[in-house]
Amino acid sequence: MGFLMKKRWQRRHLLEAFMKFIMRVSLVIVAAALGLILWIIVVRGLPALSWDMVTKIPEGGYYMGKGGGILNAILGSLYLAAGGTFLAMIFSVPIAIYLKAYLGDSKWGHYVRLSLDVLWGIPSIVYGAFGFTLMIALGIRASLLAGIIILALIELPIMTRAMDEVIRRMPIDLEYAALALGSTKFEVALRVVTRQMLPGITTAILLGFGRGIGDAASVLFTAGYTDRIPTSLMRPTASLPLAVFFQLGSPYPEVQQRGYAAALILTVIVLAVSLGSRWLSSRLNKYTIK
Amino acid sequence: MNQIITSKSTKETTGRLTRPVPTPRTRQNNFAQRTFFIFTLLPVSLILIVTIALLVRSWPILNAYPLSNLLFGNIWKPTNGLFGFWPFILGTFWVSIVGIILAVPLCLLTSIYLAEYAQSKTRSIAKPVLDLLAAIPPVVYGVWGLLAIVPFVDKVLAPLSDRWLGSIPIFSVNQPTGFGILAAGIVLAVMIAPLIISVMYEIFSTVPNDLRHASLAVGATQWQTIRNIILPQVAPGIIAAIVLGASRALGETIAVLMVVGNIPQVPTSIFDSAYPLPALIANNYGEMMSIPLYDAALLSAALVLLLVILVFNILSMLVIQRMLRRKWAS
Repeated sequence: MGFLMKKRWQRRHLLEAFMKFIMRVSLVIVAAALGLILWIIVVRGLPALSWDMVTKIPEGGYYMGKGGGILNAILGSLYLAAGGTFLAMIFSVPIAIYLKAYLGDSKWGHYVRLSLDVLWGIPSIVYGAFGFTLMIALGIRASLLAGIIILALIELPIMTRAMDEVIRRMPIDLEYAALALGSTKFEVALRVVTRQMLPGITTAILLGFGRGIGDAASVLFTAGYTDRIPTSLMRPTASLPLAVFFQLGSPYPEVQQRGYAAALILTVIVLAVSLGSRWLSSRLNKYTIK
Repeated sequence: MNQIITSKSTKETTGRLTRPVPTPRTRQNNFAQRTFFIFTLLPVSLILIVTIALLVRSWPILNAYPLSNLLFGNIWKPTNGLFGFWPFILGTFWVSIVGIILAVPLCLLTSIYLAEYAQSKTRSIAKPVLDLLAAIPPVVYGVWGLLAIVPFVDKVLAPLSDRWLGSIPIFSVNQPTGFGILAAGIVLAVMIAPLIISVMYEIFSTVPNDLRHASLAVGATQWQTIRNIILPQVAPGIIAAIVLGASRALGETIAVLMVVGNIPQVPTSIFDSAYPLPALIANNYGEMMSIPLYDAALLSAALVLLLVILVFNILSMLVIQRMLRRKWAS
């Protein structure tokens, strides 16, 4: 080519270089945003973080800068997210299995997936408001149980779709082979699909847990807030996102500092869960047939 | 044991001659199918249940006032029985629009880069970055907004805008605190970026390589290929991805609430404070049982939000799913 004509720098080549440059810049901006968020949270949260923060519940005068910690919120959040994830799993695993083994790409399967995607898009404040109407109807007050139920509703579409996306990649041959041997669809679901779904289930659990533990707007309505560690499902419970939110609203600088520390704790938990799911699913993927 | 199996199998074979008798296994299968089916009714019906529950609870106020009074009323004084959502609807609208305007070029360029230019190594770094960005809880975004974006808007963007663009109403600085629509828009843009980028990336990946090769073979540059061949093919999907991002922005609560200023007014500039609907609901949940009709008003705000988001979501999801299963002529 070079000996036929010398490549001239035309306008389009300049445009190409320019577009490539601003694309790289925008990728860097996105990555930098993550870096900036983590950096700010660590820099502002670390100085206020202490052993007391994670091992003690608020003492008298805590919200005016006196001693204590946010163990109530940490445990409350773990209870909420674990309960919500467990409840969501009970429903999402059968739905994901049914989508794969029975529905496939059928019309009803299409509607179920669409409705899951739509549910995923409903904001948590609307779920919170819905939870509030549910609590009035059932006559229960803000409690751990109400929080768990609403978080389960929020996590359900996320977990089901995550499992569905993983199990969709299962080779159809596996299903055919099992059916050709005379298995019923239920046996395929139980013996083949469930095993292939294992990495999907772990990813989904961790995804759901991460989403549940970080959700503030829904637990605001349903779980309430308290300085005690919840002892029963019917008691209200504190949660980490609300601990961050309420402490930042305080006029006392010491309390605000602790809000940053609580944000750091929350971020560490969420990132650990996110990275853990990535690592676990890559490990477990070794044991599935592709 | 052996006997049972033989007797069962004979029964099976004799039965099949006349009509199939369901074996325990088939019955088990049918039972499982029915049980599973009931489970799938849950997500489908949940959308209806949420909508109906909110509608029932907000019925008292929808009954007491005409809808136009509620939606376009300017004054919000629950103690006097005045429930005008207009400032809040405008607040939601402004914050989401600013977020989308900031996010779209960023997301479009990033997803084009990842889908068309980037080497697999860059992609394998970008994916976890986007995953982590999506995993960060809203309240942490709020803290970041409070600590970084609000001071940045206050100290850098507001003076700059005041100096160069101050004569244009939507860029004028009337309330120099940093809290406001622009700060909330920046936070929102970063929050919805991972979702928009991953949807756009997936849509770009559906375009068959033949189209790229054909265009490059006749001497087009890569950008010309993208601009003239690929973008027109995927345009509906790109728009749907943006609408999907907008629906997320409309409903974002805690992060926006922390940086937007929460003053119920009709905003005129991107530096003004605003008070979006989700923030209204979240801030007033405590006293909503103490004033008559207050709870119905807040739940009807949630209903309005839900209906708008449902429309956005369903439309964009239908387009995206169609794009992803599209069969290309070969």
